[in-house]
Amino acid sequence: MKRMPSSFLVMSLLVMLFLYLPVVILIGLSFNASTMGVAWKGFTFQWYEKLAMDQGILEAALNSVVIALLSTGMALILGVGTAIGLETRQKRQRSWVNMILVLPLVIPEILLGVALLMVFVLCQVHLGFGTIIIGHMVFNLPLTIVIVRARLRKLDPAWEDAARDLGATPWDVLTRITLPLLRPAIWGAALLGFTVSLDDFVVTFFVAGPGSTTLPLKVFSMIKTGMTPEINALSAVMVVVSMLCVGLSWAVQQRSTPVSSVSSY
Amino acid sequence: MLNHRSDTSFAFPVKVSLLSAGLFLGLFFFLPLILVFGVSLASRGMYGGITWIVTWENYQRVFDPLVGMIFLRSLFLAGLTTLICAVVGFPLAYCLSRASKPWQLILLTLVMIPFWTNFLVRTYAWVLILRADGILNSLLIGVGLLDAPLSLLFTDLSVFVGLVYGYLPFMVLPLVVAIERIPPQLEDAAFDLYASMGGMFRHVLLPLSTPGFLAGGVLVFIPSLGAFITPYLLGGGQNMMLGTFIQQEFLVARDWPFGSALSFGLMGTVLLTWFLLGRMSVEKEPS
Amino acid sequence: MNESVVLDKVTKTHGLVKAVDHVSLSIQSGEFFSVLGPSGSGKTTILRLIAGLDRPDQGDIVIQQRVVTLDPPHKRPVNMVFQHYALFPHLSVFENVAFGLRMKGESQAMTQKAVSQMLALVRLQGKEKRLPGHLSGGEQQRVALARALVNRPIVLLLDEPLAALDQQLRQEMQGELKRLQREVKATFICVTHQQDEALMLSDRIAVMQGGKVLQVGTPREIYDCPVSSTVAQFIGLSNVLSGTIAHCEDGLCRVEHEVLAPVKVVCSPHDSLQGAVTVMVRPERVHVSSDMSANGYDNMFTAIVHQVVFSGNEVVYHVRLRGEVIWIARVPIAEARARPLTVGQPVYVQWRAQEGLVLPAHSTPC
Repeated sequence: MKRMPSSFLVMSLLVMLFLYLPVVILIGLSFNASTMGVAWKGFTFQWYEKLAMDQGILEAALNSVVIALLSTGMALILGVGTAIGLETRQKRQRSWVNMILVLPLVIPEILLGVALLMVFVLCQVHLGFGTIIIGHMVFNLPLTIVIVRARLRKLDPAWEDAARDLGATPWDVLTRITLPLLRPAIWGAALLGFTVSLDDFVVTFFVAGPGSTTLPLKVFSMIKTGMTPEINALSAVMVVVSMLCVGLSWAVQQRSTPVSSVSSY
Repeated sequence: MLNHRSDTSFAFPVKVSLLSAGLFLGLFFFLPLILVFGVSLASRGMYGGITWIVTWENYQRVFDPLVGMIFLRSLFLAGLTTLICAVVGFPLAYCLSRASKPWQLILLTLVMIPFWTNFLVRTYAWVLILRADGILNSLLIGVGLLDAPLSLLFTDLSVFVGLVYGYLPFMVLPLVVAIERIPPQLEDAAFDLYASMGGMFRHVLLPLSTPGFLAGGVLVFIPSLGAFITPYLLGGGQNMMLGTFIQQEFLVARDWPFGSALSFGLMGTVLLTWFLLGRMSVEKEPS
Repeated sequence: MNESVVLDKVTKTHGLVKAVDHVSLSIQSGEFFSVLGPSGSGKTTILRLIAGLDRPDQGDIVIQQRVVTLDPPHKRPVNMVFQHYALFPHLSVFENVAFGLRMKGESQAMTQKAVSQMLALVRLQGKEKRLPGHLSGGEQQRVALARALVNRPIVLLLDEPLAALDQQLRQEMQGELKRLQREVKATFICVTHQQDEALMLSDRIAVMQGGKVLQVGTPREIYDCPVSSTVAQFIGLSNVLSGTIAHCEDGLCRVEHEVLAPVKVVCSPHDSLQGAVTVMVRPERVHVSSDMSANGYDNMFTAIVHQVVFSGNEVVYHVRLRGEVIWIARVPIAEARARPLTVGQPVYVQWRAQEGLVLPAHSTPC
């Protein structure tokens, strides 16, 4: 173990507390029997029971999952192919391609939200599931491309050359070599995209229409209309779900195969 | 890296996805942004619509003290958030980078979890802590430090705390990447050359972490500047930032041209920041 | 009383591994001392202990009659040339070399002067403003040397100083290192796994394995009289035979081998060897010829030439003795030209009794 300045250790500990205390409090309060305020009035599961019965919330959750699945799925279908296509291009094209890809991920979400809203309204597109899915794809597609490209770049081109040398057609190379080697990245991108879409509030907020309420929109309106402990329970569930997603993403990464045919560096 | 990747681009599906992805982003990303600029030059119609008369009026309103105030507050809060995230995040990033393997994995996971957790929910947790009958006030009154609850929520301070809380992981992760690239041997070399712990940090570790600070700076400053959820939930109506102001112009005041001008101003600032920090990191890169 | 560095029963554990195990060394002032061993033998840990970058679990470290065991690195009159040099990538050559002086708070004028002098000494004038990334391997090496030496250390520690250089540069830098040592008159302690490097540069060598020092001595002593077959194997190529001692008299031993005829070896009277032993003969001492030369070789075996390897100034013959034992003989090119041997040819393998070495067998070759 290296010498570490003790002030740094203390600082790190405090930062971790800062990051986790609010979440812990939130989860704790979701078991509080009190209907108003934060004073502890005993342990209860009733908010979770209420949650499970709330038709509106269940519907919103279902909407969220469907939207996340569709937007992630379509982003994957387009994104993996695009990433492979981009990697075969010449190097000089890359810097502006990079710029274009990262821009949707860098600019504040609210810009994306209002810009899309205006386009949809001016073109008289009905706001609803379709517009939300398009909105989510605007960040999910570049996300997928960036992740898959990063992996693609680490792959040893010698593998593909070897396959071609052994008589594989480009199609064989794609399906038998490149795609299998990309599998961890594809899973990683899918998981991240799914989570980001599931959690997205700002873009959804602008491009959603009546009848297409997602879970974050529901949480937002619940917070706005009044602080019922039900929100705490819902939030706690969402926190736990995201922890599971992190676990899953680690598991995916653990299974990833070495990215280079040269084992010694 | 070797770049003689064999040419698979003539595989038909690859070509199709390349084209459709380009079309998609063009249609739903670049076109909308161009539209924002176009609308920002138009004027507001009678009933909230758009009248296509070219005018600079919307941009001139930035000099309105009220609007200017919101712009400056956003810049100030985003800047302060970035600074504090850097100061607070560096020690954690250092410990994380230099920890032994199992610890590193645990700590990294702990930093990653907020990344994946719903932003709205994480911000809402602070509402529970800061509001008048929230945890903090109850605690302080309970201990006897306070007689009456402090108004902690809906202040610039609560917005600032929320921003730091929300974007701190975005600073820590690039810093970890940057510090891990610094060979620990350089630290030994500094100690061998008579540097104290402080000297080592000042002359070796901090300068070499610059790429991490720059990348983290971009990732914290830009979303802080355009934040919507945080100022909305923790700032309320009085402590507006650009994000909440834009939202209000679009959805409440229904003044799209002015909202577009604000959006375009925000985008200009964002792109400028990105460009400047990006250029600095290129200059810093030891070739 | 002229000791520069003394290690007294020093032990250092990394986790469960004893990286350095009860090591005692005493290094003379002005000496070029090498620590030679395979990777993982604990040699780098020794340097880090002397530099103060690690603290020993047990034992003491004395530099110039002063116990420094618990002193931090900046309180020791010692500087280090790190493996891969550890040059600060963001600082120019000048600032790299000036780093130590700046940390010590030397005046600007003094720093300027000392750094310029040192850069002249390592022949790097004109490159002050370059960044390390823009220098060649040899230049980086010299910056690392200058950065350490500018602080006028009593002891200079070198961790695999030539490992990152190609063959030609390495030979150049070997000479450079010797020259520098003469000029700055410091003690040099060098860690390496390259035996030829250690043999050429050092006044004395310590051979290490598994955290223990196996032997300390001049290059000649270590090469000619290794204390164990491990040391022998590590320093230079050697041919080995295992057998049992049959008879010892007047410093001459007869060692019996399973298949081959008994071997005659000279042994020093004071080591009383018994039972299983290893006989070692250096390849350049083995005589191979197609005819039986009569001039006083004590041992003679028949063999078949198995492989002929030409390597410029010499020819290396791999010959197969009875019982599938392969031996190596190195023959100067002139001799090999005069009497060439070809693969498959039957030959006689001969050597004198005093050119072999008997070592206890329990120290198994690595």
